[in-house]
Amino acid sequence: MENTGKPASVLTARAAGLVGCTRCGRVHDQGVAFCLRCGSALQSRDTLALQKVWAWWWAGLIAYIPANIYPMLRMTQFGRPHESSIMGGVIDLAQHGDLWVAFVVFFASIIIPIGKFIAIAYLAWSVKKGIRTRDVGRLHMYEIVEFIGRWSMIDVFVVAILTALLQMDFIVTVSPGIAAFSFTVSVVCTMISAQSFDPRTIWDTEKETPRV
Amino acid sequence: MNPIHAHKDKLSPNGLIACPTCDALHKETDVPIGMAAKCVRCGHTLLRPRKSAMTQILMLAATAFVLMCAGIFFPFLELQAGGRITRSSVFDAVLAFSDGVMLPVAILLGALIIVVPLVRFMALIYVFAPMSLGHYPARYAPQAFRLAERLSPWSMAEIFIVGVGVALIKVTGLATVLIGPAFWAFCGLVVVTVLKDTFMCKLTVWKTLENRRLS
Ligand SMILES: [Zn+2]
Ligand SMILES: [Zn+2]
Repeated sequence: MENTGKPASVLTARAAGLVGCTRCGRVHDQGVAFCLRCGSALQSRDTLALQKVWAWWWAGLIAYIPANIYPMLRMTQFGRPHESSIMGGVIDLAQHGDLWVAFVVFFASIIIPIGKFIAIAYLAWSVKKGIRTRDVGRLHMYEIVEFIGRWSMIDVFVVAILTALLQMDFIVTVSPGIAAFSFTVSVVCTMISAQSFDPRTIWDTEKETPRV
Repeated sequence: MNPIHAHKDKLSPNGLIACPTCDALHKETDVPIGMAAKCVRCGHTLLRPRKSAMTQILMLAATAFVLMCAGIFFPFLELQAGGRITRSSVFDAVLAFSDGVMLPVAILLGALIIVVPLVRFMALIYVFAPMSLGHYPARYAPQAFRLAERLSPWSMAEIFIVGVGVALIKVTGLATVLIGPAFWAFCGLVVVTVLKDTFMCKLTVWKTLENRRLS
């Protein structure tokens, strides 16, 4: 049944009528509910995974829009208020000559979130369609999304630190804007979206049905 | 590790490993210390046993716990402008969001920067101390290790430290900034966390927990 090239000839736990634990790798007969080694709930494939991925993806996307429109941080200098959005903060940094820091913030709060939305959507779409090309490439894409997604929180932390440092009695005071709230919500939603994805389904095709 | 290709008979689940990321079955073999067994299909590292890994993980988790406590209670940045000094601790950064609609963010930040890392380190100490000092794991060791694993993406102390770096550059023009002891504690924490993650092979830990279980 599988005979196209070496990688495809590998037998999966599902094709063998068994269930593998995604946390500890132990193999069980189908029908065992909890892993005998680590106690995790066992599922050959999470059948609701894609629905969860999309639900959290949309929630994250909706929260990401106000995060870009509204101010991230409100700075008052000599009584003059100055509000800056995510992109505004990046431009401020770049104009100060801190190009590297501007790049870090730009990468963490704009490139990573947008790249993540595209990557998760592509993964979910390709699994749904049963596309079986560049399997390992797609797995690496998933691993990068999982690893790097958390780093988007940098900008929220920066706002928190600035607010704590620059208090009432200074010439400059800083308070967080509403975008800090929606940006946090967006990061959390996309992290859950990525975690809901079942990477084992990258290798599954429609034809490959469980034996049991 | 050898993959399994054909399946004429019903396979017995014993002596097999399923790759956690791609579900490929492998025959379980003893991996020599210092070597790594990788999944033939996706390249995920299945087993990478290390010499006295238990003790090393315990030491690193305990160090991380102490650094974390120091990082919370000491000031991490000190600002001097116009004869005034403000000291900020990690708590102050969390409380920056504490008014009105931002309160949920404050709670979340507190969890990500303080609570989750602390709980994770305590869980790891609980798992590895009995196994490293004695032999048998503690009663709820699997539950504790599962908790530590689940929390790991939500433990963001190292991201916080990079945020401190960015904030430092943003305020340098406005005031003199002095770096407090907590900043260095957090930097040490980042190093220890990276070391701990390289020493720890999840599948080996789970196998050891199972083999040494009190029955
Ligand atoms: Zn398990
Ligand atoms: Zn694999």
